[in-house]
Amino acid sequence: MAVPKLKNKSQTKETSNLKGTLASVLILGIILIIVWVSIYFIFVNRLG
Amino acid sequence: MHMHKFEKVWLIFGTVALLVFLTVLGVSAFYLGNQPPSCLVTIDPEKVEVTAPFNAPGLYEVTGKDWDYELVFVASAFSYSPAKVEIPKGSTVKVIATSKDVIHGFEIAGTNVNMMLEPGFVSEYTTRFNNEGENLIICNEYCGVGHHMMSSRIEVVSK
Amino acid sequence: MKKTAENEKVHPLDAKLSMAHFYVAIIALALGGFAGLLQTLVRSGRMELPAGITYYQLLTVHGVLLALVLTTFFIIGFQLSAVSKTIGPLSTPSRITGWIGFWTMTLGTVMAAVMVLLNEASVLYTFYAPLQAHPIFYGGLTLVIVGSWISGGALIAAYRKWKKNNRGQASPLLSFMAVVNTLLWIVATIGVAATVLFQILPWSLGWVDSINVLASRTLFWYFGHPLVYFWLLPAYMCWYVVIPKVICGKIFSDSLARMSFILFLLFSIPVGLHHQLLEPGIDPIWKFLQVILTFLVVVPSLMTAFSLFGSFEQYGRSQGAQGIFGWFKMLPWGDARFTVPFIGMAAFIPAGAGGLVNASNQLNQVVHNTIWVTGHFHLTLATSVILTFFGISYWLVPHLTGRTLTKKLNKLAIIQGVFWAIGMSFMSGAMHIAGLLGAPRRSSYSTYGDSTQALDWIPYQIAQAVGGTILFIGIILYIIIFIQVAFFAPKGNEEFPVGEVTDKAEKTPLIFENWKLWLGITAALILFAYTIPFIDILQNAPPGSKGFKLW
Repeated sequence: MAVPKLKNKSQTKETSNLKGTLASVLILGIILIIVWVSIYFIFVNRLG
Repeated sequence: MHMHKFEKVWLIFGTVALLVFLTVLGVSAFYLGNQPPSCLVTIDPEKVEVTAPFNAPGLYEVTGKDWDYELVFVASAFSYSPAKVEIPKGSTVKVIATSKDVIHGFEIAGTNVNMMLEPGFVSEYTTRFNNEGENLIICNEYCGVGHHMMSSRIEVVSK
Repeated sequence: MKKTAENEKVHPLDAKLSMAHFYVAIIALALGGFAGLLQTLVRSGRMELPAGITYYQLLTVHGVLLALVLTTFFIIGFQLSAVSKTIGPLSTPSRITGWIGFWTMTLGTVMAAVMVLLNEASVLYTFYAPLQAHPIFYGGLTLVIVGSWISGGALIAAYRKWKKNNRGQASPLLSFMAVVNTLLWIVATIGVAATVLFQILPWSLGWVDSINVLASRTLFWYFGHPLVYFWLLPAYMCWYVVIPKVICGKIFSDSLARMSFILFLLFSIPVGLHHQLLEPGIDPIWKFLQVILTFLVVVPSLMTAFSLFGSFEQYGRSQGAQGIFGWFKMLPWGDARFTVPFIGMAAFIPAGAGGLVNASNQLNQVVHNTIWVTGHFHLTLATSVILTFFGISYWLVPHLTGRTLTKKLNKLAIIQGVFWAIGMSFMSGAMHIAGLLGAPRRSSYSTYGDSTQALDWIPYQIAQAVGGTILFIGIILYIIIFIQVAFFAPKGNEEFPVGEVTDKAEKTPLIFENWKLWLGITAALILFAYTIPFIDILQNAPPGSKGFKLW
């Protein structure tokens, strides 16, 4: 009941396959960085 | 406590990014002097009109300082004094402002000049006016029923 | 998918208590949402308010009802049912305490609402002194907070009883989280209670002539930032514990979930000065120190993001998903209990990015008090949190009333979520852009004497009205669904989904429930971040301010 259905073949490998998760959070991180850098750039630009 | 290898990678990535942001902010604030307006000077809010320099709001040329002009503003519900001011292009100006009644905002729209005016405190910010034309000053902190009518103008003119 | 387990239902008497909270919340949503619609229409410049109602009166209604009343009532209702579900029915004294809390909060809400409607309290939900509202308004808000403490007491009592009977065991995750959020709320509300009881009430009653404005604001923002985490953590409860069950997956990690909640307790409070970065009376060093602490509170949200994607991916792969993102398609997009909160999760990506900008001291100068900030918290509170609350109520309300969310209602709920996403994209997007151009928040329609700059903002204000209208349709749809599942939907057993960890998961360490330790660190961090600046504020205070009624 605890182990998701089709997981019986190679449990350890299945649970540790989080490539998609890593890719997703890295995309998220890049969005955070882009937004922050853009607004910082506006600030510097307005320093005149 | 077990943590997946990728989660460690992600948290290190995230923490490093946050540290870089903080370093940029810290260097900019404490080394380059881009501090938020924190003047720490107090004033009796009931006696603004008789306290220099707020007894005579307006633009004053100064010498021997890092800035060319001092621009004194007094805010009260629902106006700024002066209501309009002309500044020569390219001059560095120290804006000095306070409030006579409630909390007001002081924002030169589209610039970094953005500060809170609180009764009892003087707010200061030094900036440079490089672009000719009209700059709109607005109150951006709710102050009452006429809040959205509260504005002033800085006209940047060629010398 | 929906297993029926009668003995796992929330006790009917607890269900009644939770539902009472939800009825108040939904009335607040209807009225506050309508006020919001009118605000966007007024600010587009295409409508004027009748009968002497002012924009700022509406703004006070909108903020108080949605940010304070809707959230507090919904959260307490949800947390009480979560505790009743996971650690068992409340004891009779606890339940009575819960009802006393409910009626205290309701009485307070009515008092504050009457004063706002009489135009005696158009001071917005942040009620900054020296604008001075009627004392009954402040008294009402005090009762809302006191009532929430009473309810919080009922919840903590239930938890303590469970711990006593189950020594050496980790409490159920959902109850643990409810306890963390309750403790966070109690510690945070001390600040607002202090300024209201010791400063604002005596001053508005005329017992003292003047008020220390900066001290009052600092106490308010000591409360004001953890307030947003008090809203957010129940959404995280759903994301961490409920959503894995809804998608038939597993909780990613019980221990990491607990750790992130503890980090929120520690770091969400000593950060209030980042709301006061542009104020003249606070030393910049202390401002920057709290900026650093604010960045620390980002870390548990980074952990949350990983856990959520992780549980989605693990489920997708267990279903045979291939490639890097194949699991994404496997998620149950046709299930409103998943899809609606998922829209909320997605909104938290731009919301979090905006939050980092707001907290960064120089960047704050670009956006402070512009309508960018309004756009920001309409993504955090009014999308991430509220859509998750909507998603919770789609199963919780029928669970409590013994009805079911039918296929048709499920479909309508998804449409509701889509309306919200579209409406908010227009409204919040336009707010962010207009804010960068300088448009102020909390301001009625104005061209500022036909200033060219202000005229440039108007197209964005029209876009906000379009978005606001779509959002209001979303609110109407939600109310229709709520009324259906509360009163008319077919009888049945709607599941209260509570996720489980895998069998192989390691045992949860008990250290997470060492409350003396965590509350001690919380207190130490607060004292560290606030003692010196606050003494400074008191010692260098200017003469106080008398009250003003400028509306």
